[in-house]
Amino acid sequence: MNELLTPEIRQWIGRSDTPQRLEVGRRDIVKYAIATQQRLKKYRDGDEAPPMFLFNAHQPLVQIAALRPDGLTVDSLLPDLPLKRVMAGGVKNTYYRPVRPGDVLVLTRTLTDIYEKQGSTGPLIFVVYTMRVETENGAPVMEETRRRIFR
Amino acid sequence: MPTLNSVTIGSLLNERSHEPSAVSLFLYNAVIWNPHRIHFDEPYATQIEKHPGLVVDGPLQGDWLSQAVMEWLGDEGELMQLEYSNRRAAYLGERLRSGGEVVAIDRNTGTVTLDIYIKNDDDKVIAPGQAIVRLGD
Repeated sequence: MNELLTPEIRQWIGRSDTPQRLEVGRRDIVKYAIATQQRLKKYRDGDEAPPMFLFNAHQPLVQIAALRPDGLTVDSLLPDLPLKRVMAGGVKNTYYRPVRPGDVLVLTRTLTDIYEKQGSTGPLIFVVYTMRVETENGAPVMEETRRRIFR
Repeated sequence: MPTLNSVTIGSLLNERSHEPSAVSLFLYNAVIWNPHRIHFDEPYATQIEKHPGLVVDGPLQGDWLSQAVMEWLGDEGELMQLEYSNRRAAYLGERLRSGGEVVAIDRNTGTVTLDIYIKNDDDKVIAPGQAIVRLGD
């Protein structure tokens, strides 16, 4: 194992990118609730954000010309990996309080692990990110651990 | 709505069927600002990334898991932790189901553990997960 993961790649473990500031709007919550077909009134009305609302919220907004050929945003917190095709791997979220319209949040992402596994169709590289979400005053809102799979 | 006094191990969450459409997948990827072509560009998804069709987003399945939990939980309960793994891909046109059951109750801390799942039409669990919630008395 670890045939694909060079020391240069492993050096990225522990790095963070620039914290993102996010203003949460009711309209954005309502759009999310429609797209995910929420049935609870508090989500449909945008009074509270559903638990998975902040998925991908850290993503820097870049011009179309700066996207990768597969459409994804070039991730400044990702080493050049020998495997390029990306799949979602899963999430572990810890919640401290719900997100509501008007919240101003600070999202800080850290690359916490890179490891290799043998999948049924070949080698896989897992890249793990932890995203800490706090209010501007530093009160914890949630923490997300997210796995991306490269194959 | 479940309470700490009424809940029992083995209690089931309501199962729900999910049949994402081209429109619902588009809206989901728009709202999370995800331009990954495997979700909307079928020639790209099948010819370049070798998928059998357009890919149903893993985190969308995670959202359905969260809905199963929040609808069961009611307004008095609180979601403390949610986790899931995307073990097997799902494609546009598949019919998926979300559900779960109570597997542990800790009356001292007021917390309940739920095993949750997304299953496909072959009854295979493609996204297993677990949630920890806090219930009122």
